[in-house]
Amino acid sequence: MTKITHFNPEDKFHAFLKTCGDTEYTTGPLNGENIAIKDNISTKGIETTCGSRILTGYIPPYDAHVITLLKKAGAAIVGKTNMDEFGMGTTTENSAFGPTLNPSNPDHVPGGSSGGSAAAVAAGIVPFALGSDTGGSIRCPASFCGITGLKPSYGRVSRYGLIAYANSLEQIGPMAKDVKSVSRLMEIITEYDPRDPTMINKPYHCRCDGELNGISVGVPEEFFGKGVDPSVASVVWNAIKWFEGEGAEIITCRMPSVEYALAAYYVTCTCEASSNLARFDGVRYGPGASLKLSWHDSFSERRTEGFGTEVKRRIMLGTFALSSGYYGKYYAKAQIARENVKNDCMRIFKDVDLIIGPTMPVVAFKLGEISDPLQMYLTDILTVPANLAGLPAISIPCGKVDGLPVGLQIIGKPFEDERVVETAYCYEQGG
Amino acid sequence: MSRGGKLVNMIIGLEVHCQLDTKSKLFCGCSTDYRDDGPNTHSCPICSGLPGSLPSINKKAVEYAIRVAKSLKCEICEESEFSRKNYFYPDLPKGFQITQYDHPLALKGILTIDDDEGLEKIVRITRIHLEEDPGRLVHKGGVDRPKYTLVDYNRSGIPLIEIVTEPDLRSPQEARRYLQKLRATLEYLSVFDSEKEGSLRVDANISIEGSERVEVKNITSYKGVEKALTFEYTRQKNALRRGQKIIRETRHFVEGRGVTTSSRSKEMEQDYRYFPEPDLLPLRVKEWSEKISLPELPDARRERFIEQYSCSPIHAKTLTGDLKVAEFYEKVAKINPVLCATWVADTLLGELYYRNMSVQAVPHERFIELIAILDAGKITEKSAVEVLRNLLDQIKDSGICESPNECIVRLNLGKTGGDAITKAVGEVISEQKTAIKDLKNGKKGAMNFLVGQVMKKIRGRGDPQEINLLLEQALSPGDE
Ligand SMILES: [Zn+2]
Repeated sequence: MTKITHFNPEDKFHAFLKTCGDTEYTTGPLNGENIAIKDNISTKGIETTCGSRILTGYIPPYDAHVITLLKKAGAAIVGKTNMDEFGMGTTTENSAFGPTLNPSNPDHVPGGSSGGSAAAVAAGIVPFALGSDTGGSIRCPASFCGITGLKPSYGRVSRYGLIAYANSLEQIGPMAKDVKSVSRLMEIITEYDPRDPTMINKPYHCRCDGELNGISVGVPEEFFGKGVDPSVASVVWNAIKWFEGEGAEIITCRMPSVEYALAAYYVTCTCEASSNLARFDGVRYGPGASLKLSWHDSFSERRTEGFGTEVKRRIMLGTFALSSGYYGKYYAKAQIARENVKNDCMRIFKDVDLIIGPTMPVVAFKLGEISDPLQMYLTDILTVPANLAGLPAISIPCGKVDGLPVGLQIIGKPFEDERVVETAYCYEQGG
Repeated sequence: MSRGGKLVNMIIGLEVHCQLDTKSKLFCGCSTDYRDDGPNTHSCPICSGLPGSLPSINKKAVEYAIRVAKSLKCEICEESEFSRKNYFYPDLPKGFQITQYDHPLALKGILTIDDDEGLEKIVRITRIHLEEDPGRLVHKGGVDRPKYTLVDYNRSGIPLIEIVTEPDLRSPQEARRYLQKLRATLEYLSVFDSEKEGSLRVDANISIEGSERVEVKNITSYKGVEKALTFEYTRQKNALRRGQKIIRETRHFVEGRGVTTSSRSKEMEQDYRYFPEPDLLPLRVKEWSEKISLPELPDARRERFIEQYSCSPIHAKTLTGDLKVAEFYEKVAKINPVLCATWVADTLLGELYYRNMSVQAVPHERFIELIAILDAGKITEKSAVEVLRNLLDQIKDSGICESPNECIVRLNLGKTGGDAITKAVGEVISEQKTAIKDLKNGKKGAMNFLVGQVMKKIRGRGDPQEINLLLEQALSPGDE
């Protein structure tokens, strides 16, 4: 049975790049619930641009695995949300189609790169959204907009159809107002897909019954170190105190590899991106290449015009880091640092069930506030460890500073997404 | 090119790319059987590199590659990993090729061939790896100044195996024999179809001892390898004679003209920025290889032919040098295997080559019938060759042929019976008094003349040896 929902919202915060108007849906557990999809997830017949000019007019001929699953579950795919171009950014200001605004305060950014999805949920336009998280791109905007967003364990959700930015780091994940909704989406999108060789077949099931069951929680000192806004830190500590009050054991610990995490992250993601984005050469997508020029000149022209500044910066960085003579210095070293982060996490997880801290060291910036890319990269410091180590991590609202939401980050052991969600649910209900 | 007579030593190493004959492509489910179909009819999001698509490894292709590595006695690596080779070209839909770099499938193998003196020679294999074929460009209006170019992704993602040798080859002929042996091996393994257009591509490194090496690309046939290398050898040798230096460069082989041409020398050294393919997991190939068994290979089959069918070593080598020939021989070697070996190796292959036909076109029952008739002495060898030629011409024309018996009757090639020969012998003895006198006086050639006279009477349809015997008997004085 196919039904039709009509979707034509007032989009004050520019959350959407495209809304679908009349959308068909079928019967299923989600039964006509509207869902917004980040614009880097392929949707058959719906333009998918990754927030980039270079993909203008690209209409995928196939659905990403998660889209197939959502349709099967009766969801209505109502629109594609704004994002930093190809996921490269922390504010959604790097979209080629203009920034998204934070519904909590439109003078501020919604976070990124899944800023459109977060804003659409926070503004109440849709109950559900999908984002993708390469170094915090679900959790950062969830934190800035005051909603819940989960980055699943690496390999828990099929990446088939997710337009790759950094394959070894990223996952598609659910974003919603509350933990139960996030959990509902997880039950649907974790269905196994043999087309993603990095996926593990592990069906998701979470009771969400509000039992903390005497967990122990690790709090790395580094998560409250330099660069973390003290008022954000204090809101997060209050949340941690709540867990203590509920009988959780709180153990402060050290995670010294955090020092290298950002470097490892930026080298890895730029290297992978430089290769992933090579296919956008004007031969098949976006405005056509000039027929008067040679191959290389026309590729160069298309890419110069089609990519934004941040994307070009990262392509150049990655190209450089992979060059002969530099590979060992950068890419290979980054992989060692990445192993160290993983080992650090696994060492901590010998003593604790979860790691807790702030999602972001700050609350949402003002639009245009940060123009120095390095200063911007530093704000990813607390979210990238989970990507480097492939761990499940959720951000849930835990208070406000100056009227802007603060996110609490809960990180779990590999493939213990359910425990992360369960714990977040307990906090949401009681905290 | 030995040091003695010739000027210099030639050093050749080959990089051979073969398409593995799997049903589907290396990383997607598209069928590999695209040759009769229109452009881009065998493509999907994966092999056309659409954003968001992910590769999944075709296990059959890995198994095929392991078979090859095992048959070349390679060291199979514990873990093998795919890497991305990054470069821009319009036939490369992802902007990178998924190949193998520092963790190939296998290292250090060998292949035995004959050198130019006919002695056994070991060619060392450096490495074997798996990779995907790029798409194909179709230039409209000539390669040099095309009006426009179209891209066909049917070929994109076809599994390729790259087999690299050490610089162990010493002549264009050795290089050709290496390729033939390699092809035979791959066909014995059922992993390669040499008859598919474009299924083999060779890059050759060639240098003259003491000089820089030149890479010749774009060789696409077995004969082409010998031609390209011979041309390149002559070019380099002449340049050295004129006192010029050989520059290190990449040259392209122009098959039609049989020459190599310099690629633009300003072309920079490419930096492919290899790094591990993050979408594919490493393959535990060593473990895998232990579960894979090999069929009989050319060398083993050759030994068996000598043993089982009493073939001569030369015949055994010819018969086993091509899987289809070996299989044909085993089907027809029913009556007189030695006679069959001669007939397949010496007669049939030559006649087929002359007609540019494959042994697969020959119905083996017909061939067996022909050999049986010959073996029973019902026709002469000469007539049998005539029958065979007739049958092959019919097959070439219409795909089918009459039976050897029908052919013999139609052409009246049946051997003349014993009575007729005896009668003819008697007649010749009474007619050729002079020749018989010559014979008795020991004049050489008289016997041949007499045999010829008998043959003339029976219109060539007799066995010369038999006639010889009859004549000797008839002329031997006073014996019983
Ligand atoms: Zn395909």
